[in-house]
Amino acid sequence: MRIKHFSGTSILALRWGFTLLLLTLVPQAGAQSSGAQSLVGRRAPEFVRRDLTGHNLDLARLHGKVVLLNFWATWCAPCQVEMPMFAHWQEQYGPQKLAVIGISMDDDSGPVRRMIHAQRIDYPVAMGDATLGKRYGGVLGLPLTFLIDRNEIVRAKFQGETDPGKIEASLRSLLATH
Amino acid sequence: MKPMDRYDNDQLKSNSLRIKVSAHDLLDILVSEPHMRIRSIATMGSVAVIAFLLIQSPAHAQSALPPAATTIPSTQLIQPEELKTMLNSTRSVQPLILQVGSRVMFDQAHIPTSEYAGPGSREGGLNLLRGRVKTLAKNRFIVLYCGCCPWNRCPNVGGAYKFLSDLDFTNVKVLYIAENFGSDWVSKGYPVAH
Repeated sequence: MRIKHFSGTSILALRWGFTLLLLTLVPQAGAQSSGAQSLVGRRAPEFVRRDLTGHNLDLARLHGKVVLLNFWATWCAPCQVEMPMFAHWQEQYGPQKLAVIGISMDDDSGPVRRMIHAQRIDYPVAMGDATLGKRYGGVLGLPLTFLIDRNEIVRAKFQGETDPGKIEASLRSLLATH
Repeated sequence: MKPMDRYDNDQLKSNSLRIKVSAHDLLDILVSEPHMRIRSIATMGSVAVIAFLLIQSPAHAQSALPPAATTIPSTQLIQPEELKTMLNSTRSVQPLILQVGSRVMFDQAHIPTSEYAGPGSREGGLNLLRGRVKTLAKNRFIVLYCGCCPWNRCPNVGGAYKFLSDLDFTNVKVLYIAENFGSDWVSKGYPVAH
């Protein structure tokens, strides 16, 4: 019965309102994604670091592998939830050529060494700095994880607390491609 | 009758019988049986060591965690938009802006005129903060910020705010950063220094 009360003018007004709402929202979503996702689809910035065990960590030498690059810090609570999971994935998906790399954004390496020992993190971890952070678009919030395909192209970026299932689904789809 | 006459060694090893041994019996054993005394002292020593290790464990250390950002009174928060307007204004009293988070993050991007004052969750950071404010008037307008993590996960601002409050600073505000400095300040096009 109520439907009959809508006149043609009201429906037209509703349509215009909805269109205007879409026009307002779409550019905002675009602006957010263009800033936050700027590295996605581009070649991962190369870097060479010495990891905490003294080995060279050269991203270019991981060509052919899927790389999970995780920026973290000892004071970042959500990071500490993710890291044991990443260690488990390294073990689970290692045979499919997954390479997990941790980059600590701590100011000094002492607490980092203690934490990776306590958490039994066995994938390579190196210390980051402002230069590396800027190369990856500014690491201005943690955790921050990039998925890089076998051809060194960044395919996904996850900022902040993220559903692990979401990261794993992206990871598995990258591992499935050769 | 000596206690050991009542309980042979095998029986004493049985848990059910051990429960039945009274405190009086145990004292008797300690006095009358030197080898049992040594064993008991060793046991008590082990208990003391375990208790000490438990006290030092991370689970216990959690009680000494810095105050969470959520403990800061809402009246002492300042929104990013408000601070940005304040920075652009020539009439407003300009606050001393202190970043109390990570040095690596500060070096990547920070609020213009802000100074790095050390992480509020670490003793070293608080010492740095103490040094920075020691000559300031207690009513100096200070804005603290971090932005390393989502607000309710930030380990730094709560500790830094409490530290200044304990030093009797009366005009301290904390920048409310909901997600992180990148999303809530830089991405919004607010002024940034590198």
